[in-house]
Amino acid sequence: MAGKPMIEMRGVGKWFGAFQVLKDIDLGVAQGEKIVLCGPSGSGKSTLVRLVNGLEPYQAGKVVVDGIELGNDPKAIEAVRLEVGMVFQSFNLFPHLTALENLTLAPTWVRRMPKKEADAQALQLLERVRIAEQAHKYPSQLSGGQQQRVAIARALAMKPKIMLFDEPTSALDPEMIKEVLDVMVELAGEGMTMVVVTHEMGFARTVADRVCFMDRGEIVETAAPREFFEAPKTERARLFLSQILGH
Amino acid sequence: MTWLRRNLFGSWPSALATLALLWLAWTLVPPFVEWAFLKAVWTAPDPRSCRAEGAGACWALIAEKHRFILFGTYPYEQHWRPGACILILLALYVLSALRRFWRPALALAWLAGLALIGVLMWGGVAGLPYVENERWGGLTLTLLLATFGIAFAFPLSILLALGRRSRLPAVRVLSVAWIELVRGVPLISLLFMASVMLPLFLPEGVTIDKLLRALIAMIVFAAAYLAEVVRGGLQAIPHGQTEAADALGLGYWKKTLLVVLPQALRIAIPPLVNTFIGFFKDTSLVVIIGLFDLLTSIKVALGEPAWSGFGVEAYLFASLVYFVFCYAMSRYSQNLERELERSRSHVLKGN
Repeated sequence: MAGKPMIEMRGVGKWFGAFQVLKDIDLGVAQGEKIVLCGPSGSGKSTLVRLVNGLEPYQAGKVVVDGIELGNDPKAIEAVRLEVGMVFQSFNLFPHLTALENLTLAPTWVRRMPKKEADAQALQLLERVRIAEQAHKYPSQLSGGQQQRVAIARALAMKPKIMLFDEPTSALDPEMIKEVLDVMVELAGEGMTMVVVTHEMGFARTVADRVCFMDRGEIVETAAPREFFEAPKTERARLFLSQILGH
Repeated sequence: MTWLRRNLFGSWPSALATLALLWLAWTLVPPFVEWAFLKAVWTAPDPRSCRAEGAGACWALIAEKHRFILFGTYPYEQHWRPGACILILLALYVLSALRRFWRPALALAWLAGLALIGVLMWGGVAGLPYVENERWGGLTLTLLLATFGIAFAFPLSILLALGRRSRLPAVRVLSVAWIELVRGVPLISLLFMASVMLPLFLPEGVTIDKLLRALIAMIVFAAAYLAEVVRGGLQAIPHGQTEAADALGLGYWKKTLLVVLPQALRIAIPPLVNTFIGFFKDTSLVVIIGLFDLLTSIKVALGEPAWSGFGVEAYLFASLVYFVFCYAMSRYSQNLERELERSRSHVLKGN
């Protein structure tokens, strides 16, 4: 993968008080590349992915997203957020708006898209995540899997260049995980640049270009998925894999 | 029969409570009905017929003094003006209560309505004689104080509540100081301050009239209380909501207006209406700085020797008027909640 670099992290460090959550992170993501971040809970993988669109500030190092250096400058953060879509573990749909309105809110108010156009685009996106018939329902009337698909469509409505996923299937009942992963696999097939925090190793195998294994705030190992799953180089990665694949 | 036995005489304590209530109703209701309706004097050219042996409630007092109660000391031949204002206000209330009128034009209707009320009450244009606001009074004044008070205090309270959570220290300190200082003193003392102290601080020659001063004091007071209610609603919004809005690139104001406030205010409806109702009744405190609201008008009407001694009737009537307005607010808020319920979140799980 030698596309144009979309995300560049150099020596990034972050502290919560005296506790260091991220230590000297170096990570580059090229255009169209799919990265899966995994690791035990508390390893800093969610923090790392949230840092990319400025939801978490950082104290050391440099983060450049699509040529914009984040820093702690609100203007830069705003500019980056226009390029980056984010999907959360707990969906975070707006409960007072219908699925369709969830999708049109940001395009109409941030991108100043005319309402008709925004509606048409939203319906098209809902079609794409196979949920168009639920367009006029409120989030509370949808299942978890449906809500997460709406959330993905909502992020796509801003036409992002990069999509971040923070454990998108962890809050779902098992039977709903597949419908969400299918949408993500499709998205990957269309060439979207993706950074995904997940424990879905099947997804990592089929989609990821690289798997980054994190532990205690560090990226311990980076490898192609096959290499990582079949011959992890570090003891910590072996232990982690035996824990999540062992049952 | 079975229903009776199960629900009213299900157990000994329940049976006793039922009997006690029946006894209470038997001893209180018939005499009250007799006094208030059967033997009541509804109209009387002069108060003496009310004082006749065996006469019940003297509603004639209300009939006789209704104009004074509604309009205070507003010039008699001009009473149609405050009367029209009350109708305009009621129309605006009803319009705002119906959801199908919830669109931007409603705000225009309010602006036009309030402007028209100003013209009607003051006059001085279009051939209407000028009436200084010293002479406004009665129910008109109560409704005007409550409506203008809430109309200004509510938006202000939202700004205060947001300010209290602001990341800018100056804004936060200012909001906290306002809320805490104002909540810490009784409304009466604020009204006194507005009416007695404020003029001392103003430069010579500058005067703000008494009604406006009272209104400002009430707005300042109500805003502080409402701000805490709004803040309660804001705190109930899961952090994930603001994060999702951030991630979509909505700036602070868009995030607040489109995502946070619609949810926060919905949650805060019951305590908000509670505070509105309290505020509506608190308008009666303007009596202490010499304004003539509904309750004061009634007191003055009773001060006339001919009608003295009928305080029960007068105050019952005042209670009824207050009750009608407060109950309407309460019912309205319940309907509103029910209507909004269907889109209520269970997305509160969060991580």
